[in-house]
Amino acid sequence: MLDVTTHARRVIEAGLGLIWVRGEITGFKAYRSGHWYFTLRDPQAQVRCVMWHTDNARLPSAPVEGMQVFVAARPTIWEERGELRLTVKQMVPTQDGGTWQVRLEQAREALRRDGLLDPARKRRLPAFPGRIAMVTSLDGAAVRDVISVLQRRWPLVTLFVLPTRVQGEGAEREICAALRRADRIPHLDLLIVGRGGGSREDLWAFNSEAVARAVAASRVPTISAVGHETDVSLTDLVADARAPTPSAAAEAAVPDREAVSGSLAALARHLAQGLTRRTAVVSQRVDRMGDRLQMNVMAVLERSSARIAQAAAGLDALSPLRVLQRGYAVARSDAGIVLKQRAQFTPGLGFRLTVTDGDVRAEVLDLPRPAGTSALSSPSPARERGQG
Amino acid sequence: MPDKAVFREELARLEAIVRRLEAEDLDLDGALELFEEGVKRLKLARELLQESELKVKRVVEAADGTLRSRDIDR
Repeated sequence: MLDVTTHARRVIEAGLGLIWVRGEITGFKAYRSGHWYFTLRDPQAQVRCVMWHTDNARLPSAPVEGMQVFVAARPTIWEERGELRLTVKQMVPTQDGGTWQVRLEQAREALRRDGLLDPARKRRLPAFPGRIAMVTSLDGAAVRDVISVLQRRWPLVTLFVLPTRVQGEGAEREICAALRRADRIPHLDLLIVGRGGGSREDLWAFNSEAVARAVAASRVPTISAVGHETDVSLTDLVADARAPTPSAAAEAAVPDREAVSGSLAALARHLAQGLTRRTAVVSQRVDRMGDRLQMNVMAVLERSSARIAQAAAGLDALSPLRVLQRGYAVARSDAGIVLKQRAQFTPGLGFRLTVTDGDVRAEVLDLPRPAGTSALSSPSPARERGQG
Repeated sequence: MPDKAVFREELARLEAIVRRLEAEDLDLDGALELFEEGVKRLKLARELLQESELKVKRVVEAADGTLRSRDIDR
């Protein structure tokens, strides 16, 4: 006998898979183990059901006798009794939006089956996106909010708005089309899809399987921003990142320019230090060389120093620069222009000399003949000694 | 159209320069060249940060299926 029922079980399990059925709960019994046993019936038929503790633990409460429910279940054969049974995986009361809930659960299950809910799929958002697309309605505040955040935080962006209806008849289809269009924008870095807050019904398009699949298919990383506090939409689940509002999505999309300015300043410091160290190494080598050779090398070094200085003068944030500590100074006009050439000086001209620890007022006494077009005036004894 | 993703490249290059300058055994000329390039890129990156203006375009599909974008007035 067992051979027959075992075989029947295999056939049924393989042939039916997960199905959704609707019925009335009767003969409900919850065992101490936490498993639920009951019968589901409608006017035509009835079938025994079990819902294991691991599955029913997610439900807010046990169903009551006579309650109408939708269940997602796997049909099987209880081998010892040769009896058809449903192993219930999910249960949704038909009240409070039951059919919607069922559709949502079905869609979620389909997405899960295709691996689209796998956390390993989630892509990192680009650090410095240059081109961002946003699929949303032009009616709401969403676009305005995103624009104002981008403007403040990171205006190095082109925002492509792909307008679409986000609720009502045809919204799903329009959102999908807009998503596919966004995918055709060349060199796109990031896609935001969403809308401002609304009722559960208003937000429903973002629970559509088709929209979720279109989001998942995006070539570039996605942020889902469906304005809601508590519920998570299907779009949220498949997107690479989720934000509670469009503004929050924009915050997540771009860095803050203040913070980036800070790291640029740090890079500038490293740049200067890197060079200082490099020149120090060269100077030490020079010290070890013979006098005859030294003179030649000194000439090279001196020319190089002028180049360092010139480059450094362009680095406003770096002043006072390390280079200045070695006895060089930057001459600037009162207007702040770096004075690089003799032609910029006239006798009697007042200018500022920036040294290690601050500025000095200076005045041109005379313009003697020698050549030299350095941006730096250098104390001549230091020049003769070279540096190091 | 000018691609502002340029910032990312400037920054990446700048970081590479700093790394090389700190790590590699360069001769002075090489170091100077790197330094000068770094300064140039630093200035450009700063300008991008300070002077960039957000561009907003509306994308629609024309009857022939091509994508058109138009500036949005703000």
